[in-house]
Amino acid sequence: MKYALFLGCTIPARSRNYEMSARVVAHKLDIELVDIFDFSCCGFPLKSSDSGQAGLLAARNLALAEAQGLPICTLCSACTSMLAEEAHVLRRNKALLDKVNVELNKVGLSYGGHAEVKHFARVLLEDVGLDRIRKAVTVDLKCLPVATHYGCHYLKPSEIYDGTEDPENPSSLEALVEAAGARSVEYEHKRECCGGAVLVADEETALKMAKRKLDHVKKAGSKVMSVVCPFCSVMYDDNQKSIESRFEADYRIPVLFLPQILGLAMGFDRKELGLNMNVVKTKGITEEIVGGK
Amino acid sequence: MAECQMENRSAGFAAVVVREPGAEGIRSCYACGTCTASCPVRRVNPAYNPRRLIRMIHLGMKDEILKGNEIWLCSSCYTCQERCPEGVRITDTIIALRNLAVREGHAPSGISMQANLIKSQGRLYALDEFDEKKRKKAGLPLLVPEVEGAIKLLEKKE
Repeated sequence: MKYALFLGCTIPARSRNYEMSARVVAHKLDIELVDIFDFSCCGFPLKSSDSGQAGLLAARNLALAEAQGLPICTLCSACTSMLAEEAHVLRRNKALLDKVNVELNKVGLSYGGHAEVKHFARVLLEDVGLDRIRKAVTVDLKCLPVATHYGCHYLKPSEIYDGTEDPENPSSLEALVEAAGARSVEYEHKRECCGGAVLVADEETALKMAKRKLDHVKKAGSKVMSVVCPFCSVMYDDNQKSIESRFEADYRIPVLFLPQILGLAMGFDRKELGLNMNVVKTKGITEEIVGGK
Repeated sequence: MAECQMENRSAGFAAVVVREPGAEGIRSCYACGTCTASCPVRRVNPAYNPRRLIRMIHLGMKDEILKGNEIWLCSSCYTCQERCPEGVRITDTIIALRNLAVREGHAPSGISMQANLIKSQGRLYALDEFDEKKRKKAGLPLLVPEVEGAIKLLEKKE
């Protein structure tokens, strides 16, 4: 299993804990992650101002991975959908592929239309498999109640993922946290958006969207929330304190990236998983599981 | 009276919108409202209403749409697009409207700032010395602060 690791913009600068935990978990499960240092922004943040340029930037990243003969493994859900959408469109539209190649040729690249894009969670589920994950577990998570949050672009638009998972009734993230020995908690509005993409235009609306979910996660008695996208983490972890003060609420719910939960079950320590970088304190959880190691 | 203002509306606006990638199917909308009923933004902010936006396109309300704030409230979660019984690509249509608004000079400051950062450095956040120090400490590989190839590609396109 060998993948080109696509980090995007937010993870290397703001979510190093996600990157660290994904790398150690990948290594443990024999997934080789190759760094392509010429990868840029995926293109997603350009989509609102110029979809054409956003697509072009995505195509450049696809071309770089294709040139190395590697499928792409993403960590950010926005990167996943941007790259998967461009790959999906260019696979079906030869005229557009030719047009994109005219631009790529100017910078010494070309794209044949063969790149594959997979989110890290999907690599774990489909290429590693739940059995191997269960076998790698060395620490009992003692049925830690986890509220999984799918976010949007990990599942949608579903056509670009060729119907891999039903966005109305997904189950991959529950399967993964349960394979690690945690207990997945059901809560209301589980499939709703974090609001991250509204933050630029209207902070109040974005924070209200995140609040709605935090309310339900708390009500369901979950001790942890798990995310698979750095934007969702910004909304629930980085902004949790300001949501608490703005709306007079009290959550104190640690928000962990999926590989941080898997990593705990595989015996990695807090430092290796970057658990000290999560904004809402995670010490309580690790103390409960492994005595604060 | 609202109906008296009809002559100010742009009759050709819907034709302009359907030429944008993703917005081709908006004429199939029969205004059932599944989009609006499914929208997580609308639940906390009733100012956002995707069904109304699609109707506004057909009514030629170009200025109200492109100069207003409503199109920027979409969280691009794709719930409406997944559920539309007519297969209208609603999220993609909102993105098309944003592209049109930007072309007409109505981009919110945050949006143009993001675009400028990416065009000038190839990433949203340039990795400065501080970031690199943090990455090194965490045992992570050092990355190039600016991505030359991406900057050149976007330059060439303009």
